[in-house]
Amino acid sequence: MQPIADVDALIAKMADELQARLQTLASEDVLMIGIHTGGVWIAERLNQLLNLSQPLGTLDISFYRDDFSRIGMNPQVKPSTLPVAVEDKHIVLVDDILHTGRTIRAAMNEIFDYGRPASILLAVLGERSGRELPIQPDVAGTHLSLDSHEHVKLIGPDKLSLSVVRTP
Amino acid sequence: MISQNIQLDAQGRLRHLLTIEGLKRQMIVDILDAAESFTSVTGQMVKKVPLLRGKTIVNLFFESSTRTLTTFELAAKRLSADVLKVNVSTSATNKGESLLDMLRNLEAMHCDMFVVRHAESGAAHFIASQVAPHISVINAGDGRHAHPTQALLDMFTIRKHKKEFAPLTVAIVGDIMHSRVARSQIHALTTLGVSELRVVAPKTLIPNHASSLGVQVYHDLLEGIRDADVVITLRLQKERMEAALLPSEHEYFQQYGLTPEKMTAAKPDAIVMHPGPINRGVEMSSEVADGPQSVILEQVANGIAVRMAVMSMALGRAPEGAA
Repeated sequence: MQPIADVDALIAKMADELQARLQTLASEDVLMIGIHTGGVWIAERLNQLLNLSQPLGTLDISFYRDDFSRIGMNPQVKPSTLPVAVEDKHIVLVDDILHTGRTIRAAMNEIFDYGRPASILLAVLGERSGRELPIQPDVAGTHLSLDSHEHVKLIGPDKLSLSVVRTP
Repeated sequence: MISQNIQLDAQGRLRHLLTIEGLKRQMIVDILDAAESFTSVTGQMVKKVPLLRGKTIVNLFFESSTRTLTTFELAAKRLSADVLKVNVSTSATNKGESLLDMLRNLEAMHCDMFVVRHAESGAAHFIASQVAPHISVINAGDGRHAHPTQALLDMFTIRKHKKEFAPLTVAIVGDIMHSRVARSQIHALTTLGVSELRVVAPKTLIPNHASSLGVQVYHDLLEGIRDADVVITLRLQKERMEAALLPSEHEYFQQYGLTPEKMTAAKPDAIVMHPGPINRGVEMSSEVADGPQSVILEQVANGIAVRMAVMSMALGRAPEGAA
């Protein structure tokens, strides 16, 4: 597996773009939420780079997946923790790879079960083809052009690296 | 002899939950871990996740219950399942319809899960052995046999407070003989591997084969709870007194009722548990029930998360043969 990008550089670039988008907002009104597992690793770094005042939230969307009846209960599900109320917050939702869009749909459903945010921005490390829902990123570290047999994998959590795996 | 493997499907996943006996340690840990993740749902503004949307769960309670029925119903509703309660005492079984006919009718209505409480030991096993392949059965208490979700929520509560099971000394105080709760707790605690498990009761309320279950038998309360990390009390049922197994409530409290003074025999950070409903002044004094060591109301809250975990694991199995 060959690493395809310098992940730290991509995250730094995402932080710059987010900074520009968030500059008109008060820091305490911004809540960053990472989606388990890879999204949390990236959100931890972004939260630090942007020096946000609110602690990071994490979401495990296992309970909101639309394929539960096909794949069953994920035994490794982790609790979602939203340390601050999402009500009226500007949410920065962070994931590693945006592919079909179904994970983001599930995450937004879960967020709305916690309250009514003022807005949601979507920031992803990599965006690839294969969307099945009308969901696009606001900030993307990189754009990957892949066919349906190729999958992107983020390895972490200490040193992050991104590689492409081919499945037959 | 009923096989315990009826609980698992061909791939070793939980299909029914009928008894703790025969469940592997890892299965119990998986249930407790899943329950842990469901505790965050109660913090949501909308206390619901869409996991079991479109599934229908039937509470079949042939024996009265408030707490267990309510928490099963809440758990199912928080998973977005449709729940219905068949009021068995007024239903067709009283009109002469057999239990099996009633089950066939519920199956014809495309129900997915039966939660069964029954005064006869083995009732949930029997129902599980008769239902259609897509239906799961959860035992919510059968006779003197088992009450597995109660034992699991107790294990969840103990783990929350004590983290590890291996170093613990646990004392179960009360009517061991007639208690399905005690039986399920003993299986769970020995499977999870506590250091020492004791039962404490008058001779008339301890079964002869108790020591074969891997427990130490005590008849003196202070000796039984000495240096214990966890003290579990059981509900004393009045009919036992009528059966002359016990002298009087007052005398039972004198000998086996927990008071703050008696609790000093246990470890200072020991927790006190009770499956409810409590007879204040019989199993324990109000000072203990409402005191700092009591985790009784936490047990109730944890019961919802544990039942959500069991229901979603049993109903959330990928179809047989799928990867």
